[in-house]
Amino acid sequence: MDVFEFLCRMGDNTLVLGSRISEWCGHGPALEEEIALANTALDLIGQTQMWLGLAAEVECRGRTADDLAMLRDVWDFRNLLLVEQPKGDFGQTMMRQYLFDQFHLPYLEALVTSSDSRIAGVAAKAAKEAAYHLERSRMTVIALGDGTKESNNRMQAALDLLWPYAGEMFASDDVDRSLAKAGIAPDPKDLRAQYLEAVGWTMEEATLTIPEGQFCHAGGRTGARHSEHLGHLLSTMQWLQRAYPGATW
Amino acid sequence: MYAQMVESGTSDDSAEAEAFQRRIDAGEKIEPKDWMPEGYRKTLIRQIGQHAHSEIVGQLPEGNWITRAPTLERKAILLAKVQDEAGHGLYLYCAAETLGVSRDELTEMLLDGRMKYSSIFNYPTLTWADMGAVGWLVDGAAIMNQVPLQRTSYGPYSRAMIRICKEESFHQRQGFDIMMKMANGTEAQKKMAQDALDRFWYPSLMMFGPSDKDSVHSAQSMAWKIKMNTNDELRQKFVDQTVPQAEYLGLAVPDPDLRWNETKGGYDFSEPDWSEFFEVIKGNGPCNRERLAARNKAWDEGKWVRDAMLAHARKKRAAKMVAE
Repeated sequence: MDVFEFLCRMGDNTLVLGSRISEWCGHGPALEEEIALANTALDLIGQTQMWLGLAAEVECRGRTADDLAMLRDVWDFRNLLLVEQPKGDFGQTMMRQYLFDQFHLPYLEALVTSSDSRIAGVAAKAAKEAAYHLERSRMTVIALGDGTKESNNRMQAALDLLWPYAGEMFASDDVDRSLAKAGIAPDPKDLRAQYLEAVGWTMEEATLTIPEGQFCHAGGRTGARHSEHLGHLLSTMQWLQRAYPGATW
Repeated sequence: MYAQMVESGTSDDSAEAEAFQRRIDAGEKIEPKDWMPEGYRKTLIRQIGQHAHSEIVGQLPEGNWITRAPTLERKAILLAKVQDEAGHGLYLYCAAETLGVSRDELTEMLLDGRMKYSSIFNYPTLTWADMGAVGWLVDGAAIMNQVPLQRTSYGPYSRAMIRICKEESFHQRQGFDIMMKMANGTEAQKKMAQDALDRFWYPSLMMFGPSDKDSVHSAQSMAWKIKMNTNDELRQKFVDQTVPQAEYLGLAVPDPDLRWNETKGGYDFSEPDWSEFFEVIKGNGPCNRERLAARNKAWDEGKWVRDAMLAHARKKRAAKMVAE
């Protein structure tokens, strides 16, 4: 079930991040930002439908993408700890987005040559959207880092808070190694050097300092230990399906 | 209709005003650089501004359910809809800007209560069926007014309306689709659907504004083709269109006096409680405080972001000039 595990990792990242961003609807700092956030959330939920749809198909147990999204509990979720972190202020939301996008796009681009044509197809479509997400989150992080003293302080605080969650993206395990061997997906650890270089350039332009130290939190993508935040997100997201079992919407 | 009780300016009897009226009567569009009476300009700013504010505040009752949407598809549709609404706000603020008022000025007037938004958005969305009722009834009522406004005399407003109407009809269909699923669903879902109709029926009728006989602003706006139909005409049209849809859904319109009137070829129906409407307009609706507080919070907490974006843009421009 390595492929199922991998597809849940992809779909749960986009589902949880998409849900987090949609918390901004109607509450953004400027109209253009509200539109862009809703648009990003919409893309990510669309990608979730494709990844979890494929996961359900591969699993062959009669479950649907909605069943996977709405009826699994915390321990079955495979998203990164980074994406389940609370939205915080707008700077924190955009820093979380950038740290994810800078990983997401190259990973999707590598998946386009997957030996599994279904995965390659989803990745090709998602990569186009992720390229736009990265362009926007990168530009926003730079603008807010460089902008004013206050915005610089806020962005530095966001980076200090979230940087220890970035390393989990590259913490490969047996699932990654087995998929890499089969040519289905790249081993994320091979993308780490490129990531560090790109983030380094962005933070330099944003006049922000990447915290020292190699420590990183882990446990999201394996499901071993999520943060307390995920359960609250799920209890909101899954409420209708749990309260009215069997209903169609 | 997202503009209610818009105070109309007055015209004058100058030669320019008469020539202006002749252009309108001939069906010509007025463009931003054309001469226009001050009353026309002010009335349009109030009306377009109120419409824009309604789109923006209108994100809140639906945004309330995005994180709780029952399926991925419903979540995606609702996100797309709320995104459209923010986009409508943007077109409309741009249309208002052509009349010499900035988006920031209009926003400040919304936030300190000098300008209004539609009364409907001061009602709470309590269950998922409310997402259906809002699309079906609220967007349905809005379309009644917005379709004729595509022919309004002011060019930028008319063009904004043409774009907006295309998306609004999609919104109404998705609302009706939610209601269909609920009305044909489990007992609990049917109950939810009926409850949503019960709560949104009269507030939707209020969207058209008070009865023509009490509406002091209509005549001049209609002569200027800023307002295309009277409030009562639109309300009647809405009821005539919506009652058969409710019957199709198997839901009961909460009006014991509702009946078909063969002579007029339309339904007779009960008026909403206008004292409730005036309380909502005054700020005493169930959610007025929360809605304005949410928008004020977003604006205040977003200040550092807007300031930083401007500061960064200035620095970039300065660096570019030095490089040149």
